[in-house]
Amino acid sequence: MSTTAIFINLFALGCLVFALVKDRGKTKQSIGVAVKSLIRILPTVLIIIAVIGLLLAFTPPDQISRFIGEQAGFGGIIAIAALGAILYIPAIISFPLAASLLQGGASTAAVAAFITTLTMIGVVTLPMEIKELGKKMAFLRNGLSFIIAIVIALIMGVIL
Amino acid sequence: MRQDAARMTDKKKVRKDIIRGYVIFAATLIAAAIILWLFPNKVTAATTTTWNYFLEMIMILPAVMVIMGLFSVFVSKELVVKYLGKTSGIKGILLAVFFGALPTGPLYIAFPLAAALKSKGASVSNIVIFLSAWACIKIPQELVELQFLGFKFMAARLALTIIFVAIMGLFIERLIAWTDNRRIGISPEVER
Repeated sequence: MSTTAIFINLFALGCLVFALVKDRGKTKQSIGVAVKSLIRILPTVLIIIAVIGLLLAFTPPDQISRFIGEQAGFGGIIAIAALGAILYIPAIISFPLAASLLQGGASTAAVAAFITTLTMIGVVTLPMEIKELGKKMAFLRNGLSFIIAIVIALIMGVIL
Repeated sequence: MRQDAARMTDKKKVRKDIIRGYVIFAATLIAAAIILWLFPNKVTAATTTTWNYFLEMIMILPAVMVIMGLFSVFVSKELVVKYLGKTSGIKGILLAVFFGALPTGPLYIAFPLAAALKSKGASVSNIVIFLSAWACIKIPQELVELQFLGFKFMAARLALTIIFVAIMGLFIERLIAWTDNRRIGISPEVER
């Protein structure tokens, strides 16, 4: 088990003990929520993992890096950021996918752009956002998020 | 009574969603098996990669779910609205990031919450920052990012996101205030 995995499990254990001391009933309820979420997300996780295996086995790294690698440059970053804004996949699943893209030759900036737009922008949820908060705020938030995702990605590309 | 009925249909829908998820998973497995049967030279590469990712995921997924469950039960929506509705300035920004990062659930749960904040008089910047933090700065999410992309990647993206989300929130607030003022200048009877 990696150090990170141990740290995450210890963190969860710590939270659990703290919660148990504070409120037994609520903790029980939380565990119920956790089990249900796990059952719910598990098939999607497994699907993505299976797809990652095929993706890396069948796409040669130079193919991935040609589109979203270092030599793809700014255009590649914009393209994958747009893809991230349109796609609607849970964030937890996007990280193994992002890792597989990195492993396959994608640049840090492209992967950072992809994750950031994926989580921050929701084209699918935009109608709901407009309904609750108004057109102006919804469009401004999603539009500007796209720009800052690109800026964050470019900075990540430089510093990492 | 009506609430009970609503909950029942909700439960049914959730069960249906779960079953659909597993059916799609089974279909994916069958499709993958057929593809690999057609290309036997890819079997080792595909299965090793999938197995490694599976191990990495299964070591953290239950823990991440426990953390998510705890936050979603212990941090109530009322608590968020109560504190965020009246805090402003730097403290407001930090609180918006903090409260956005704690509770869990998909983004569409956050919209009604943001609307409630708006009616409670929370500033536009706080609402934007809260929504954006909810979307992309979640503690369980950061843990999965740490596992798969490493500490440097996670920390750099987290720090940059907080900074730029705060700037964006303040900018949108100014912009909305400016356009609202202009409209009031032209026709005073227009509602805000």
